[in-house]
Amino acid sequence: MPEWLKLMVESLPPLLYAGLVFTVPLTLLSFACGLSLGFVTALVRLYGPKPLADGFRFYVWLIRGTPLLVQLFLIFYGLPKAGIVFDPLPAAVIGFSLNVGAYTSEVIRAALLAVPRGQWEAAYSIGLTWAQAMRRTILPQASRVAVPPLANTFISLIKDTSLAAVLTVPEIFQAAQRIASVTYEPLILYTETALIYLAFSSVLSAGQQKLEARFGQHLHQAQETK
Amino acid sequence: MIQLHNIDKHFGSQHVLKDVSLQVAPGQVTALIGPSGSGKSTLLRCINLLEIPSAGQITLGDASLQFGHGHAQPGRQDIHRLRLQTGMVFQNFQLFPHRTALENVMEGLLVVKKWPRAQAEARARELLQQVGMAHKADAWPGTLSGGQQQRVAIARALAQSPGLLLCDEPTSALDPELASEVVAVLRQLAANKMTMLIATHDLRLAATLADTVVFLEDGRIVEQGSSRQLFLQPQNPRTASYVSTLKEGLPEDW
Repeated sequence: MPEWLKLMVESLPPLLYAGLVFTVPLTLLSFACGLSLGFVTALVRLYGPKPLADGFRFYVWLIRGTPLLVQLFLIFYGLPKAGIVFDPLPAAVIGFSLNVGAYTSEVIRAALLAVPRGQWEAAYSIGLTWAQAMRRTILPQASRVAVPPLANTFISLIKDTSLAAVLTVPEIFQAAQRIASVTYEPLILYTETALIYLAFSSVLSAGQQKLEARFGQHLHQAQETK
Repeated sequence: MIQLHNIDKHFGSQHVLKDVSLQVAPGQVTALIGPSGSGKSTLLRCINLLEIPSAGQITLGDASLQFGHGHAQPGRQDIHRLRLQTGMVFQNFQLFPHRTALENVMEGLLVVKKWPRAQAEARARELLQQVGMAHKADAWPGTLSGGQQQRVAIARALAQSPGLLLCDEPTSALDPELASEVVAVLRQLAANKMTMLIATHDLRLAATLADTVVFLEDGRIVEQGSSRQLFLQPQNPRTASYVSTLKEGLPEDW
């Protein structure tokens, strides 16, 4: 076995461990929180009272207009100066969730608006309430529109979690840095790291296709019979 | 009894319905005719409260609501109660594209009436049978022709047995052949004494289907009467000029 391959094989367990124990949970948790926040933000901005909607618009403006790395530094290194101290992992989850929330809120807002107004009216006309119409009529149709751009955000997030290394979270990238610093093989280690991220996002892209197929059942069948 | 009293509707500074009063006798078909922008659609949408009238009173069966100054904003419950007295058929069908024909018809029964699934399905199949769509029960709306979609939409509107069926230009989006299959369904409903209020540009449809015809222009009722009277002996010169386009197209035996 060539030397470089041996190094790759040897460093795979610690890298995968960091991925499964830190990167994956960090990604899933941040995406879940961020998506919920994005959903609430979209709903308030579309249907909420003006002052509240303005507040959420300010939040989106602030997060989208500033670098994620700066936001993470502010939360982890800045806030303790104001007496607010987070452990590395919670700080990362908060930072990523806020970020995902801002971006996904725009995706969800657009997807909700993409459903024709007539669908609301049809739902109301058979007696559905706002909440029932939203859940049973609007959301399923909006989901179909939202899945591809949401998958974009998700895949970006997987890769962005490497920034948590600077908050001392021992995820994949930090593990790679640690190994590279003792083996003096940055080319090999970072190539391997890139491949691991690639593998993770490939698995998720397959998930995206499944979701699209599920929400777009009626579209696929429609195309087949035409 | 279906009664509209002095209905007014404003959209901002636009006054689209002006003091409209109308009675629809049970078991009768009433056609609303008039030029585009005359307020036909708005009137229908006011009856099932997709639009809230600015003033006036609506009575459907034993549910009644008053609007405007001196009356509280209608609550959700009131709107719901009145709305369930009506079924609505839209110009562009508005079937739920992510639900099959059968599921479209079942939706209100399941969610609003909280019927058990088997019972809702039986009722939905019966209605699809009535509109000649039983063979397409499991089809997605996207695979159906416009005429078929509209027939499913009629079944959906009838599912909760409303006392009044509102049809907003039910055939305008369809070519003559597809329109005729929808008209056949409407005729059959009329024969079964379904109370209907139909807004339409199709004067021929109004003349041959409706018992009563109401001519609306600029948000005001210009003239109303039996369809024979309104088409053959219109009292108002404006009505006369509007319905004159129909004369050539009337069936021989009418």
